[in-house]
Amino acid sequence: MKDAESIQVRLQQTGPIPLDVSLSCNTGEILVILGPSGSGKTTILRAVSGLYTPAAGNIRCHGEQWLDTAAGVNLPVQQRRIGMVFQHYALFPHKTALQNIMIALQRQMPGSRHDSAEKLLRIMNMEGLGERYPHQLSGGQQQRVALARALARDPGVLLLDEPFSAVDQQTRRKLVRELVTLRQQFRWPVIHVTHDLNEARRIADRLCVIHRGKTLQSDTPDQVMNHPDNADVASLIGHYNIFSARVIEHDHDAGTTRLEWNGHTLDAPHRPGFGVNEETDWVIPSDSIILHRRDRPSRGERENPVKGHIEELVPLGENTSVTMATGRNQSLYLTVPTHVARRNKLSQGGDIAVSLLSESIHLMKKIRR
Amino acid sequence: MDWQALNVSLLLAGLTALILTPVGVFIARKLAWSRFTGRNFIQALIALPLILPPTVLGFYLMISLGELSPAGRFYEAVAGESLVFSFEGILIASIIFNIPFAVQPVQRSFESIPINVREAAWCSGLSGWQTFWRIELPLAWPGIVSAGILTIAHTLGEFGVVLMVGGNLAGETRTVAIAIYDRVQAFDNAGAATMSAALLMISLLSITLIYFLTDRAGHHERR
Repeated sequence: MKDAESIQVRLQQTGPIPLDVSLSCNTGEILVILGPSGSGKTTILRAVSGLYTPAAGNIRCHGEQWLDTAAGVNLPVQQRRIGMVFQHYALFPHKTALQNIMIALQRQMPGSRHDSAEKLLRIMNMEGLGERYPHQLSGGQQQRVALARALARDPGVLLLDEPFSAVDQQTRRKLVRELVTLRQQFRWPVIHVTHDLNEARRIADRLCVIHRGKTLQSDTPDQVMNHPDNADVASLIGHYNIFSARVIEHDHDAGTTRLEWNGHTLDAPHRPGFGVNEETDWVIPSDSIILHRRDRPSRGERENPVKGHIEELVPLGENTSVTMATGRNQSLYLTVPTHVARRNKLSQGGDIAVSLLSESIHLMKKIRR
Repeated sequence: MDWQALNVSLLLAGLTALILTPVGVFIARKLAWSRFTGRNFIQALIALPLILPPTVLGFYLMISLGELSPAGRFYEAVAGESLVFSFEGILIASIIFNIPFAVQPVQRSFESIPINVREAAWCSGLSGWQTFWRIELPLAWPGIVSAGILTIAHTLGEFGVVLMVGGNLAGETRTVAIAIYDRVQAFDNAGAATMSAALLMISLLSITLIYFLTDRAGHHERR
């Protein structure tokens, strides 16, 4: 816990909601906690805010100890400098937008609260709407008031609990853009919880994948997406092509690690950390599986070629989703442009051949359960 | 019109509402947000006066406040007079038989406040007490006013319990409802009609006011 400018969180308990969490967030950074429903994301936010006390934990924010269960420290929520935006905003329905914000300005002199609240509304592009009650505002406007209220306390950390889940796509895009711009302006640490992978990838500086209350991987979105730590992470971030294989050999000169998978030999980027004969998991993104064209064979087809037949073909607008049976109950999932599928006469039950781009094959240590 | 009886009725109703409202808010809030052993039993106990015949409730109150009961003896030793057949006696009875009217609407009001709204108040720096005054109470206000009005209206109309505990002493325990009965017994139908009309109007106005307030409260929460 060296950085006094950030927040560090460690939480541990076995029940009723199991938690095994370790995360930190630096000033000006957006940390996105990504996980499926019921994975404990919201519980983590509640623990940071002080609305929930875990069996064991340690939370430090800007050098201030908020929670240390070993030492019996547990600051009440009112004393933790947090800005919290709830999933459904939780605005005070009997207060106007301006009054909602002024409630959170208790620390200021009463005379200056009104001006400060007006200023926050201006920052949120809500000028002139301060006298409206929450029920007179659209979802996006309510969200902005909730954010302004969260910022009113000059928070040490901003906590966002699926803040964009209740608005339409267009408003969501706009709000995401505004949040990122605001972050550049104010530089608080932001912990943002979501189950939406696309949203997470768009706004995260760092992505923390969580499952059953446990932090599985915390890294940049690119690193998590392209190099998931294990099969669980790969599955949670939306990979379909996750398989097991055996390492056959390492070719240092060629820079490859050779795998035996499902009767095929695959070349993957060199990973000497995996022992020969070691069972390993591997993953490949759907867009790194390249269809062999019937009319125009190319040299690229020699790269990890795999043959099989089409199990399922689902046209989804511009793209067509293809499930390819490769034997031994192992199916590859790939997406091809619908016009390509048509030109190559892909049809259910028909033969198909693809190449697995070796540079996109990512090896992962087997999870010991 | 028996003005003395109306006076007793209004005083009884006002005092009952005044004493019962804060108690009702406390009990209702506890029942709305706390889960504890025996909660359902307490809720049943609170609802009991709704279904119990007033004479049954009146009978038990008469016994438990009477000169042979510890409460009755204690009161007589302190105040020098009997609790039954006194205004204080019917006030205690009135408080007890109005508990469901003072608690249930308020409980529903508190239950309708989303937990997130209270948490948002704490996250905004409001203490538990500030949250109660500035967030919970204004949001539960329509329920509290409804409870107050219902208590007053119900007290004005109560007959059986008051008669059992207080009898029919002019200026002391004779309420409008009892006076109406008294007038009918004395073949004074005109007198009974005036007072009945007065009670009818008060009851109708009360219920209308409750609907009006509930409607306004709903307006706030519409999204």
